[in-house]
Amino acid sequence: MREYQNIFTQVQVAAPDYPGVPIGDEEYNRTSGIIHNHWLGKLGDAQIGPIYLGTLGVFALIAGALAFFIIGMNMFASVNWDPVQFVRQLFWLALEPPPPEYGLTIPPLNDGGWWLIVGALLTLSIMLWWARTFRISRNLGMSNYLAWAFGAAILLYLVLGFIRPILMGSWAEAVPFGVFPHLDWTAAFSLRYGNLFYNPFHMLSIAFLYGSAVLFAMHGATILATSRYGADREIDQITDRGTAAERGALFWRWCMGFNASMESIHRWGWWFAVLTVLTGAVGILLTGTVVENWYLWGMKHGIVPAYPPIEATPVIDPMIGGAQ
Amino acid sequence: MKAFTMKRFASVLILGAAFLTGCEAPPPESVQRGYRGTGMEALYNPDTLQALVDANQMPAAIPAVSSEGPKAGDIYQNVEVLGHLSVGEFTRLMAAITQWVSPDQGCNYCHVAGEGFEADTLYTKKVARVMIAMTQNANENWGAHVGGAGVTCYTCHRGNNVPEQVWTIGVPPRRAENMGHMMQNVAHQESSVYTSLPIDPFTPYLLEDGVARAQGDTALPQGHEASIQSTEHIYSLMMHYSDALGVNCTHCHNSRAFGSWEESNSERVQAWHGQQMVKEMNNAYINPTNDWLPAHRQGPLGDAQKVNCATCHQGAYQPLLGANMLADYPNLGALAPEPEAAPAVMEETPAPMEMETSSLDQGVMGGEAN
Repeated sequence: MREYQNIFTQVQVAAPDYPGVPIGDEEYNRTSGIIHNHWLGKLGDAQIGPIYLGTLGVFALIAGALAFFIIGMNMFASVNWDPVQFVRQLFWLALEPPPPEYGLTIPPLNDGGWWLIVGALLTLSIMLWWARTFRISRNLGMSNYLAWAFGAAILLYLVLGFIRPILMGSWAEAVPFGVFPHLDWTAAFSLRYGNLFYNPFHMLSIAFLYGSAVLFAMHGATILATSRYGADREIDQITDRGTAAERGALFWRWCMGFNASMESIHRWGWWFAVLTVLTGAVGILLTGTVVENWYLWGMKHGIVPAYPPIEATPVIDPMIGGAQ
Repeated sequence: MKAFTMKRFASVLILGAAFLTGCEAPPPESVQRGYRGTGMEALYNPDTLQALVDANQMPAAIPAVSSEGPKAGDIYQNVEVLGHLSVGEFTRLMAAITQWVSPDQGCNYCHVAGEGFEADTLYTKKVARVMIAMTQNANENWGAHVGGAGVTCYTCHRGNNVPEQVWTIGVPPRRAENMGHMMQNVAHQESSVYTSLPIDPFTPYLLEDGVARAQGDTALPQGHEASIQSTEHIYSLMMHYSDALGVNCTHCHNSRAFGSWEESNSERVQAWHGQQMVKEMNNAYINPTNDWLPAHRQGPLGDAQKVNCATCHQGAYQPLLGANMLADYPNLGALAPEPEAAPAVMEETPAPMEMETSSLDQGVMGGEAN
C-alpha cells in the first residue's frame, strides 16, 4: 500500500466525475463543469468542480471585484495613470481613509470618499460570502462551525474599519488600503496608543495565534505520522485498539501525559483560531475608546516592570521641566 | 558511485557554507546605552565605521591671530555681523569661510572683482551675512543642543556652496487631475527615508509649530488629541532623525514607551532642543533671505532651502563625530554685540546643559553593575 511520506499527496484516486450529493431545488446554483488535474491532485483532490456559486456568491464576487477595482484605480490615478510608476510604486500606493478633519461626515470623493465607498462594497462582499458559507453548510446538512469561525474574523475586520472609527468619531482612525500603508497604520496605531504590547487582549490574541500554529503543527504531524495505519481515513478508529488514532493518542499521552481525543483536537484548533480574532477585536475596540496609553495602563496595573533610571540626573520633559 | 555522490554532496555543503560566510556582515559592535534587556544599544558595523570617520574629518585650522588691534568694523565698510573682530581675525575668518563654502570660486563667490568688498551686489554675500549670524546665534543661545563643540560654517557646508542636505516645502507628486493627495505613500523619497510614510515631515515640525507628541500621558483618555495621520508624520520625522544621525530609535528612546521621558536618554532632550533650534533657524534666518534668492536656490513652491537634522549631522550621531571646531574659530561663538546703549534683547535662555559631548564609549553603562 502507498504511504503518505511526502509533503505532497502521493496517492491519487483516478475516479469518474462525481457531482456530489444531490441538493434538490437549489441544484441550479451549481456549475456543471468538472475537470481533473493531476498536478492539483498533488496538493488536494484531483477533481476540480462543480462550484456551488449561487446568487450570494455572484453578488459577493461582484462587490469584491468592484472594491478591488476602485482601490486599483485610485492608486493608478495617484501616479497620474503611469503604468510604469504604478508597478514600481505599487507596494507604496494606497487608498487612504478621510483626513481627521472630516470626523464622521461624508468627505469629497477625492479626499476619502472613495475609501468609504470601497469599505461599504468590501463589507457587502464579505457579508454575502459569509451568508454563503451558511447556505452551503445547510445544503450539505452540516452545522455552522465554518460560518461562525469566519464571522469571528469578520468581527475583527468590522471593529478595525467601522465600529471603532465610529466610537472614536473619526473615519481617519481606520485602516488604509495598501500594502506598506496598512503596515504603517499598524505601527502608528501602536505608537499612538502607548504600545499595544501592554494591551492584555493583544497578549491573548498573540497567545492564541501562536497556539493555533503549534496545535496545527501537532495535529497535522500526528495524522501524517499515523497515516501508514490509515489515520487519514478515520473510520472506526476511535473505539478500536491498535489503530492509527490510538497510536497518535498514545504518542501524546506518553510524551506529555495528556492527550486530546480525535474529536477534541479539532475543538482545540477551532477555539484557538476563533479566539485569536475575538480577543484581537476586543483589544482594538478598547484602544483609544477607553484606554489612552497601554504602557501607562500597564504601569498602573502592575504588569510593567520598572527599571532604574538611566542617568544620574532624571530626564525631564523639556516642555514641563525646562532644560537644566 | 555512492562515495562519489557523498563527496559531491559534501563539497556542495562546504561551498554553500563558504558562500554564506562570505555574505555575512561582520558582527556589529554594540555599545550598551540603557538598562540591560531594553535593547538600548548603539550598533556599529566595523566595515563602515572607518568610512564614517574618514568622511567626518575637520579641515586643518588656519593659524590663530591676535584679537588685539583695530576692529574690522572700524576699518572696513558695511561690516555688520563681524565688526567686533580684530582686522586679523576678520581676515582669517574670511579665508576660512572661502575654504569651507566656496573653495573653487574663492572670494568672487560673494564679492565682485573690481568692486569694493563692502558692496552687497551678490545675493551670496547677503546670505553669508545671515548664515554667520545664524551660526553665532546657535553657538551663543543653543548650547542645549550644540553643546561645547558648537558649529561653524564647515559643520554643514563641507566645501559646498550649499550644504548637501537641505529641504524645501514638499509638493505632491504628479497625479491625475482632481486627485487628492495626502502627501504620503510615495516610493523612493529620501525625505521619508524610502518608507510610505508622509513625504514632508519637516514643514509641520521644523518650520511650523507642530508639537511632535503622539501619545497621551495618561492611562485613560483625558482629552489628548492626536490622529493616526499626525502620528505617521511624527514617525516619518523620527525616521529622519534616525537616518540623519546614523542611529536607531534606541539612541534616545526605550522602545517600550516611546513617549516616556523618564525612560529616555538625555540625548532625547538634546534632540528636542535641536528641533526648536532648527525651527528658529528656518524662520528667523533662512526664510527672510527668500526675498532675494534666485530661483535655482528655491524649492518648487518658491521657498528657501532649509535646515533639518541631516544638514549638520550628515549621518553622524554628532556632526563631525563631536569634534570641536569652535575651539579653533571662537569668533563664531557669539552674536555681534548690540550697538552701544541698546538694551540687551536676549531672552532668558537656559544655560548650556552639561552634555556628554563626545566619544562613543561615554554612553556605555556598566553591564555588570545593572
